[in-house]
Amino acid sequence: MPETKTRFSYREAVRDAMSQAMRRDPDVFVMGQDIAEHGGSQKVTLGMLEEFGPDRVRNAPISEMALTGAGIGAAMLGMRPIVEIMYEDFLTLAMEQLVNHAAKERYMSGGQLKVPLTVRTQGGAGWSSAAQHGQQTEGWFVGVPGLKVVYPSTPRDARGLLWSSIYDDNCVVFFEHVQLYNQREELPEELEPIPLGKARIARAGEDVTVVATGPLVPEALAAAEQAEQDGISVEVVDPRTLQPLDEEAILESVRKTSRCVVAHEAVRRMGFGAEVAALVQEKAFDWLDAPVERVGACFSPLPFAPSLERACIPRREQVYAAIKRTVGSE
Amino acid sequence: MTELDFMTSPQSGELGRFLQQMLLIRYFEQQVEERYRDAEIPGFVHVAIGQEAVAVGACAALAPGDVITSTHRSHAHTLAKGTPARAVMAELYGKVEGCSRGRGGSMHLYDVERGNLGSSAVVGGALGIATGAALAFSLRSEPRVALAFFGDGATASGLFHESMNLAQLWRLPVVFLCENNRWAESTPLAQHSPIADLTQRAQAFGMTALEVDGQDVEAVYRATAEALAHARSAAGPVFVLAETYRLAPHNVGDQQEYRDKEEYELTRSTQDPIAKLRERLALSDERFAELEREAEAAVADAVEFARHGTDPDPQTLLEDVYA
Repeated sequence: MPETKTRFSYREAVRDAMSQAMRRDPDVFVMGQDIAEHGGSQKVTLGMLEEFGPDRVRNAPISEMALTGAGIGAAMLGMRPIVEIMYEDFLTLAMEQLVNHAAKERYMSGGQLKVPLTVRTQGGAGWSSAAQHGQQTEGWFVGVPGLKVVYPSTPRDARGLLWSSIYDDNCVVFFEHVQLYNQREELPEELEPIPLGKARIARAGEDVTVVATGPLVPEALAAAEQAEQDGISVEVVDPRTLQPLDEEAILESVRKTSRCVVAHEAVRRMGFGAEVAALVQEKAFDWLDAPVERVGACFSPLPFAPSLERACIPRREQVYAAIKRTVGSE
Repeated sequence: MTELDFMTSPQSGELGRFLQQMLLIRYFEQQVEERYRDAEIPGFVHVAIGQEAVAVGACAALAPGDVITSTHRSHAHTLAKGTPARAVMAELYGKVEGCSRGRGGSMHLYDVERGNLGSSAVVGGALGIATGAALAFSLRSEPRVALAFFGDGATASGLFHESMNLAQLWRLPVVFLCENNRWAESTPLAQHSPIADLTQRAQAFGMTALEVDGQDVEAVYRATAEALAHARSAAGPVFVLAETYRLAPHNVGDQQEYRDKEEYELTRSTQDPIAKLRERLALSDERFAELEREAEAAVADAVEFARHGTDPDPQTLLEDVYA
């Protein structure tokens, strides 16, 4: 019998992962601001209240810190809570609980506790949301031992990785990007879990490796198309999980292409890309034919004016230019 | 420890056990101060001398299956919740035999099997966790309660207010037990709280509040039992304010230059919860001395155990960073 496939948006894929987990497992529930009747600020949880009721789709007061703490406490008791933080900028309000508690309880207890909590959040630039509703914060969390960080760029990855995040025994901070919610992809009805810590080769190529995250994955694919016209074959690697990082997939690609570009929407300085660049020079130095290029946002708060925002955040043009620099034909 | 034989009624028998536990904590804390000054214990330590009755009375009221969260001043809570003195002392020494396998230390004591979800050394930091444990009990319709210990200083923190609000809003089975020892490290209550009566904090959320003399172990036991019954019946959380005294510095080494010497000595001589209980039980000097020797011996045994404990192997450094 042929497999039934449905077109899922990234938004629907996230919702489907939560709903499938909640149908099968009473220990999974979701809480956050405006997530019940309203369906969340990005409508990700729309319709879930009707299916699961207000106990398991819990509308919460504007208390990110207590909500995250409550998620940690329920997770310690063996539940698998999902906390939705409306904008990733507001993770700052939950930072203490994430860094000092969620990340450390297992270690400080000498292995007695697990914190299987998933913190879902979203954000990103491209719609003049200005300095407090659009910055990319994943780089702040990848440096915290004990946390896992996931950042899918496609509906398939969003669904499969969210499932694995919910069923991971550690606290996972799960980043969604506002510009990706309407991306669509045909997926089988049956959910395919995707293991954390495994990269995906989004496009195979020979000359340059682009390691891209989130919205920079489709942007890198577009840049690769353009480079193809110039006779440059580009491989695009999407790590999908930033912590733990699939180092081997990145290194294997760079050893093949001998050139590397890292691209993310977060600020370039001190960013996730710096760690990838360091990894490549430490473990694939002898293979490199050019310095590792980094593409990221300018080092400023995210500006409001569309002209300034466009100038600050990287898109395909910046990735294309970086690819060209690595092959010495800027 | 041996059962006391001089108590006949069940109620007074319980008080006898309370006295034993309070003496154990007192001797434990005094020994910790000494071992710390002798540089046997690394890091830094906060002892709960003066607050023994709160820990013992509250933990005695808990039912099997109930859980607690604790604070940086965690030895008394942990001992009162039933963790053996050996395991607590070994943790303070950073040994594998410690209750957190040497990963936590004085400020991070855990004993999950015995219902101790651990102590957070971020002031007020575990209040969300206790609220979440209560949320799990509520979602699973389990008749269990989470009890969070914290101090007066924590009532100024954001997480305290967020957690109290959330717990009352969702009618969660949690008891917020505030040990008002009147000092947030070196800052007196009047300098960190605009209200002297901290039960007003609970009233702001429409939460039931009880106030109790924290130096009277029986009163603490009764108040906690009442709070637990209320929470367990799904009637919502309870704020318990235990008025107590820190009869020791904030941490070992603190010179307490901020504290009036005469007032401090007067408080020590009039507000000792052990002296109060001893008087209440009308113990003979001989009997009390015998109980003291028992506690002293148990603590000496714990120190020897800890001294001979195993240093964690650096090979195990990265164990349990992730599950």
